[in-house]
Amino acid sequence: MADMVRVETVEQAKQNQEYVQALADLLFQLADDDFILAYRGSEWLGLAPHIEEDVAFSSMSQDMMGHAVMFYEMLEALGLGKADDIAQLREAKDFRNAILVERKNGAGDYNDNPHYDWAYAIVRSYVYGLHKQVRLEALLQSSYVPLAQVSRKMLTEHRYHLMHWQVWLNQLANSTPDARHKLEAAISLVWEDAGELSDLGPNAEQIVRYGLIAGEELLRQKWLNETKEIFKKAGLNWPGEPGAASERGRAGEHTVDLEQAVATLSEVYRIDPAASW
Amino acid sequence: MAQDLNQMEKQLEATCWELLQEVTDPEIPVISMVEMGMIHQVRVNSGIVIVEVLPTFVGCPALEIMKKNITEKLVEAEGVSEVQVHFVYDPAWTSDRIAVDARDKLRSFGIAPPPLDFKPGDSWEVCCPYCDSPYTQIENLFGPAACRSILYCRHCKNPFEALKPIY
Repeated sequence: MADMVRVETVEQAKQNQEYVQALADLLFQLADDDFILAYRGSEWLGLAPHIEEDVAFSSMSQDMMGHAVMFYEMLEALGLGKADDIAQLREAKDFRNAILVERKNGAGDYNDNPHYDWAYAIVRSYVYGLHKQVRLEALLQSSYVPLAQVSRKMLTEHRYHLMHWQVWLNQLANSTPDARHKLEAAISLVWEDAGELSDLGPNAEQIVRYGLIAGEELLRQKWLNETKEIFKKAGLNWPGEPGAASERGRAGEHTVDLEQAVATLSEVYRIDPAASW
Repeated sequence: MAQDLNQMEKQLEATCWELLQEVTDPEIPVISMVEMGMIHQVRVNSGIVIVEVLPTFVGCPALEIMKKNITEKLVEAEGVSEVQVHFVYDPAWTSDRIAVDARDKLRSFGIAPPPLDFKPGDSWEVCCPYCDSPYTQIENLFGPAACRSILYCRHCKNPFEALKPIY
């Protein structure tokens, strides 16, 4: 029984506390997924395989961070605090991103022997991107009109992200046995966590009931069908049903990797949150 | 009286549009934000000017600079007490919004304009902005800005950039 409403403005949304709660829960997932993965992308700066890729990857990460900003600003409009504070002053346990996006880029640290896994970057970005595509398409029908509008805008940009990662996936899949091997290993790793992407969190029922987004199963099926098609075209074996980590990011359970990410990304901001940038 | 006021506001609105012709895209200084199709609306209400801007790419780091440039330009106009710049996403900016006569300016700057009437599924064919040859190849989908790609002309052997079709 969907309570199909059409909420045109934030003022209208605020008339129903349950609606605001469901909307905020969803926005945190959308914002945190993009924000944390964009942060992981930014950690590749200067380390990507060649300079053109360095430019492209940072540009895409910046764009994805821009998407996160839009979602954080919508949370700000709902009265949940300043967008910058929401992004930078929360503790790891308050984040609602899926575990997949918080995993480190590989062995080492950015400033200390980064032996990052490029195949993992490709597969994670692409698999996440395919899910994001399905999610944005579903959001076009969202009962919260401002969310449908920004999703429409993001879709126009996001298709270029997908095109970029598709090139890499195909190239590695059809390259040397070594490349192929690394790609397959990366797929296995990503597959351990990917199942959580379509999890809508503990408040999923309300989120769907208020028509904010389509149900988990629908999102999941659409995303898996499309991913399957792409793997097939690239000549890759289908890894089967994706798993999920033992922590549930959507419920605020996270790995130490997220603590590291949040500490690093907010280090400067926390020194003086009132500073003007 | 009310009619006079209304007339004045209409005039001020027109002045603002003229002034906005002088505010250029910080990353493409040969073309104004009006020509880029990024100015959706200008409204004047008792000296307060509200400009609605359509971002080309949401994550564009130039947005804040644009906001500042617009504010600084319009606040000069007589009768303006305050300038507010709002980024709006409905309607969404599409590359067809770029003014037809601005497309040559883009070429002169070494940037190929996006194709007109681009539809999903169309293949993106780009002619070199220097020699007009279609014999080009994409080197990098994401160039120095998210909205641009880097290409190479195999005919005149020049690297160049192209604005992505956004539809």
